[in-house]
Amino acid sequence: MSANSWTIAAARDALRKGEISAVDLTMACLTAIDAGDGLNAFVHKTPEIALEQARAADARLKAGDAPSMCGIPLGIKDLFCTKGVPSQAASNILKGFRPEYESTVTSKLFEAGAVMLGKLNMDEFAMGSSNETSCYGNAVNPWKVDDRLLTPGGSSGGSAAAVAADLCLGATGTDTGGSIRQPAAFTGIVGIKPTYGRVSRWGIVAFASSLDQAGPMTKSVRDAAIMLQAMAGHDPKDSTSADIPVPDFEAALTGDIRGKVIGIPKEYRMDGMPAEIEALWARGIEMMRDAGAEVRDISLPHTKYALPAYYVIAPAEASSNLARYDGVRYGHRAKLAAGDGVTEMYEKTRAEGFGPEVQRRVMVGTYVLSAGFYDAYYNRARKVRALIKRDFETVFAEGVDAILTPATPSAAFGLGEMADADPVQMYLNDVFTVTVNLAGLPGVAVPVGLDTQGLPLGLQLIGRPWEEAQLLNYAHVLESRAGFVAKPEKWW
Amino acid sequence: MAIDIDTARKVAKLARIRVEEGDLPALAEKLSGILGFMEQLNEVDVTGVEPMVSVTPMRLKRRPDVVTDGNIQAQVLKNAPDAREGFFAVPKVVE
Repeated sequence: MSANSWTIAAARDALRKGEISAVDLTMACLTAIDAGDGLNAFVHKTPEIALEQARAADARLKAGDAPSMCGIPLGIKDLFCTKGVPSQAASNILKGFRPEYESTVTSKLFEAGAVMLGKLNMDEFAMGSSNETSCYGNAVNPWKVDDRLLTPGGSSGGSAAAVAADLCLGATGTDTGGSIRQPAAFTGIVGIKPTYGRVSRWGIVAFASSLDQAGPMTKSVRDAAIMLQAMAGHDPKDSTSADIPVPDFEAALTGDIRGKVIGIPKEYRMDGMPAEIEALWARGIEMMRDAGAEVRDISLPHTKYALPAYYVIAPAEASSNLARYDGVRYGHRAKLAAGDGVTEMYEKTRAEGFGPEVQRRVMVGTYVLSAGFYDAYYNRARKVRALIKRDFETVFAEGVDAILTPATPSAAFGLGEMADADPVQMYLNDVFTVTVNLAGLPGVAVPVGLDTQGLPLGLQLIGRPWEEAQLLNYAHVLESRAGFVAKPEKWW
Repeated sequence: MAIDIDTARKVAKLARIRVEEGDLPALAEKLSGILGFMEQLNEVDVTGVEPMVSVTPMRLKRRPDVVTDGNIQAQVLKNAPDAREGFFAVPKVVE
């Protein structure tokens, strides 16, 4: 088995034993990346940086200073600012932007010895559920069952495709409404969105600041624990970053969940839910019960209103955050006609630089925040958000330790299949995941099985705030019982 | 609430995004669809509920009000589409 297909845990052990060098491991990934151009996952390759970091990691390993991520080759979502390396959020408006600084997450990963292979494709400004809004073109799912190319999901589609296709050992993702968990489920990998405030947002291009959180996308739950450890922690540069201790996530993977209460929310049993998703969920419930957990039916009554509340709040925050793209300080500026003033500069720059979905969301956000509609839409949505959060607080107070739900309403769909659909149809992809962002909770997607076509399906576990360690342990139990080992057959 | 063409034009203007006159009807229709989806929120009884401002009940950290960096003019201007004589350059603003 070629080294690029190893897990982070296996690579860590092999690196420490000297069975492979970080340079050789990195080379294996770089070779796989060059052979993987058909997936359009890596959009800016950084082999020189990777090899330099790998050589430094080898020196640290030799000196016996080897944190878990030392020498581990990763892909970095294009949303993270990386010093001197294009960081475009997959948007034309940031074309040519090379940050003069490094995001906190990538800084922490590099301090831990990780290796950056390059930047990964995504939906423009992380707005999308299929990676079809990217200025780089679609990322492609390595899973394929007929002649159609499938979406890897979004917005972290490049991250998901790269990890599932073994182009890297792990990748960073970000999740505002499901952008780590939905693509993880579509590609048969693990993705965790931590509690809001667990991971610093500094240096990550902002979409909706009260919802955005970064997290790892990996080949196993253990890898997610190892990588999250290196990403998490208080950062004085992010005022919403929590100043609380980060537990040892990997040490929490005991596999013992006896007596724990797993809630099954009846509102997640949607009308028209495919029978296969229903069956997968039932299997997951059986696995938790079999492991000694108590399974309890619960109610989260405001679930139905999560999507509309999200699609008020997220665009509102986006319209404010994206106001900074004005053609003055960085990125694209439109060519101006004689006599054009500063307003024409803004309007032409933003029309040329933003794609259609981003433009729509900025305008929806502008509308719901505008005089006369602020109370009717934005404040109402924030009140509904408070009720959604209260739903979770109530069940947790009643003794529920974690909640098990489907991760997505379907398996991966074909690229282009939603092109003519109403934007709202695409938003429905987030139906099981947005509640978690609105309530600020940790959520993890775990691959559990294949559908009849042979495409991966995942389940989601939702945890109590700051209990990622316990959540990862439940996910670990689900993962071991599901025994999902399928890999996409290489066609690219 | 349906968005008419005038409202779409106004929203585009407020968002500082140029939309050609011919594209306004399609935009109005798309925006109406999205806002129609949000109408469901009117079914919820929100009496007495405070709008949520933060997911975690914590006070934002304060830092000492001191200068922590500076003297990085070249770095600040490095990515500017048009920088001249140490400033960001824009079209004439004042008549």
